[in-house]
Amino acid sequence: MTDKKSHKANVLEDVELSASELVTHNPWRILQNFTDARIGLGRAGISLPTNELLAFQLAHAQARDAVHLPLDVQTLADDIRSLSLPVVPQSPIILHSLAENRVTYLQRPDLGRRLNEVSQQQIIKLQQSGEVSCKEYDLAIVVVDGLSSCAIQDNAAALINALANELRDDSNRLGQDWRLAPITIVQQGRVAVGDEVASLLNANAVLVLVGERPGLSSPDSLGMYLTWAPKLGLTDVSRNCISNVRPAGMSFMEASHKAMYLLRESRDKKISGVALKDRTNTHDTDQVTSSANFLLAKP
Amino acid sequence: MPATYQHILGSKVYHFKSLAELMAKATPARSGDRLAGVAAATDEERVVAQMTLAEVPLKTFLNDVLVPYELDEVTRLIIDEHDSVAFQAISHLTVGDFRNWLLSDNVGTAELRNVSQGITPEMAAAVSKIMRNQDLILVAKKCQVTSAFRNTIGLSGRLSTRLQPNHPTDDINGIAASILDGLLYGSGDAVMGINPATDNVQQAIKLMHLMDEVIQKYQIPTQSCVLTHVTNTIEAIEAGAPVDLVFQSIGGTQATNTSFGVDLSLLAEAQQAALSLDRGTVGQNVMYFETGQGSALSANAHFGIDQQSCEARAYAVARKFNPLLVNTVVGFIGPEYLFDGKEIIRAGLEDHFCGKLLGLPMGCDVCYTNHAEADQNDMDNLLTLLGVAGCSFIMGVPGADDIMLNYQTTSFHDALYARSVLGLKPAPEFEVWLHKMNIFTDEKRPSLTSSIPDSFAHSLAPFSGSGV
Repeated sequence: MTDKKSHKANVLEDVELSASELVTHNPWRILQNFTDARIGLGRAGISLPTNELLAFQLAHAQARDAVHLPLDVQTLADDIRSLSLPVVPQSPIILHSLAENRVTYLQRPDLGRRLNEVSQQQIIKLQQSGEVSCKEYDLAIVVVDGLSSCAIQDNAAALINALANELRDDSNRLGQDWRLAPITIVQQGRVAVGDEVASLLNANAVLVLVGERPGLSSPDSLGMYLTWAPKLGLTDVSRNCISNVRPAGMSFMEASHKAMYLLRESRDKKISGVALKDRTNTHDTDQVTSSANFLLAKP
Repeated sequence: MPATYQHILGSKVYHFKSLAELMAKATPARSGDRLAGVAAATDEERVVAQMTLAEVPLKTFLNDVLVPYELDEVTRLIIDEHDSVAFQAISHLTVGDFRNWLLSDNVGTAELRNVSQGITPEMAAAVSKIMRNQDLILVAKKCQVTSAFRNTIGLSGRLSTRLQPNHPTDDINGIAASILDGLLYGSGDAVMGINPATDNVQQAIKLMHLMDEVIQKYQIPTQSCVLTHVTNTIEAIEAGAPVDLVFQSIGGTQATNTSFGVDLSLLAEAQQAALSLDRGTVGQNVMYFETGQGSALSANAHFGIDQQSCEARAYAVARKFNPLLVNTVVGFIGPEYLFDGKEIIRAGLEDHFCGKLLGLPMGCDVCYTNHAEADQNDMDNLLTLLGVAGCSFIMGVPGADDIMLNYQTTSFHDALYARSVLGLKPAPEFEVWLHKMNIFTDEKRPSLTSSIPDSFAHSLAPFSGSGV
């Protein structure tokens, strides 16, 4: 009996690995200096180590939450009102698309591109009562939740502030005002809903701030879309896009600088979309002609 | 004259105005068909449509075409190049009989190969609509399609991977870091393929040189591809760039392909240009196509046809050009086309089945976006099912996270999992290389070395001061 017992104990000891031996680390993890890709994660057997598995799950959970968390419209409206923008009224107008809820929104992009009737009437009533001017505006800024509410919740007010500064500086420089329409917020909206809002407001151009499809490492990415002469039925061909606006991506300052360039060009040439090229300096891609890299280093 | 289709269930008569409507309503439920307004209104109508479709003779598909012959070069390709001799063995069957025939004990790899050119995409799509997931797996596994360039893809007991080292700004060292990671995890036998961050020809050429030099320096029996528009690749070839494979996204109607900026003659021109370089060593399959359900609707070019039938028609375009790889990027397009894990899994199995039945080297980008109702568990399920079905290849990205395209696909680890539980190996030429390089250390299972193989240790030496 005793022998058998001790034999069993020995077998158990043989397979008992210390926790540090359970994961094979990859020495090339240091190459993460070159890329945000999840390289050199190491392995347990041939599988992901537990910490990496959970880190991935967290990133996915944050991206999912970004899609499904409803926008806190009141807080956002308060944030925007407190910017004291040169608009009347200072409180943003809160609107809703034809997509009643998130599940419908995700499956019916067509409904997210249109205002519901209540929202259409709301704008018309504000114009009839004189609370909103019926005169032409140069620009409407339309804030749309899109696919990431946190992109809008966290970034929209600060970005609008930076934009307002650019617009003010530009007006001072050229002695020509940018007449800004009241800010609008659209829930369950897609980019194209901005065209309908802007055309109801009689704006010559629209800048839509929308929550982008969240990436695993970028749940809070905001996109800006410019359209000249916005009206129903336009497609992406008529729009200019500035993407990946977020604290860890393109800064609010750089994004509003680019937007200002496009707005000026758009107003001068009365165009937007593929015909309007962004010629601000960018470092979007590594344009070095050599393919030299560490894998090809000579001995 | 298009026939009308009807079915009587109890006291109710169901009418289907056209073959397109019947096919659409017989399709297992998915969001893209609802968005297009072509899906069955009720579950009962869907099954009645399936019963009606099962009664349709296969011959009907040669006369009652989904998109008019005069309007669509894909229809003309399907009809004009139909092999009536190969069709003979199944020409007497209905769609329902065809399912039984495919599942029959007497029908094996050789029989399936013999009829392949006699099957039209619509016949494959129709029968898939009345097949369960296990049927799609069982028949696909019986099909065997091989293709070759510097290695052989699609042999029995093999599962290949595309090493996808994308980087949001095409940073050369960033891409090289992901390539190294992939190679050391045994990935890259299907192709080393980069989605470039911009549509710039010079940029594409630089990336082509990068991969070509890596392949040469380490003597890797694989091929490279920059996934840029076919016209860019032709320009690169004219500029003397080292092009192995020509990439292009394709769809199942002429109008879809127009929206992609291609037609059949342009694809033929690109194929000839790549063949003229004569860079393959064990074969000359030089084309790499990507497809995916929903592309036709997304381009507003679907003619009221369901998205799965449109997808199958894209395979007619693919098989015209003897590709090395055909990849259905199943979950990339978003939840308005495939809503959740269940719809993505079904679509992946359908596409793989239809592609293999039509004679294509079919792989699958097992993937999803963050706004779809899907997660890693759904991908594990689809990966395992496709592995069982004999899928030719899958993607490989570091940690399943593509930081350029912002979606999740299978990781290097995932491929090793599938190879391990299903006893699958990489392409034979690449497998020999993995052993020679001391990356794989066990002949029988995917067992990785725990140290850095010598030939790569040199490249990493400059970083040794910082911890390597």
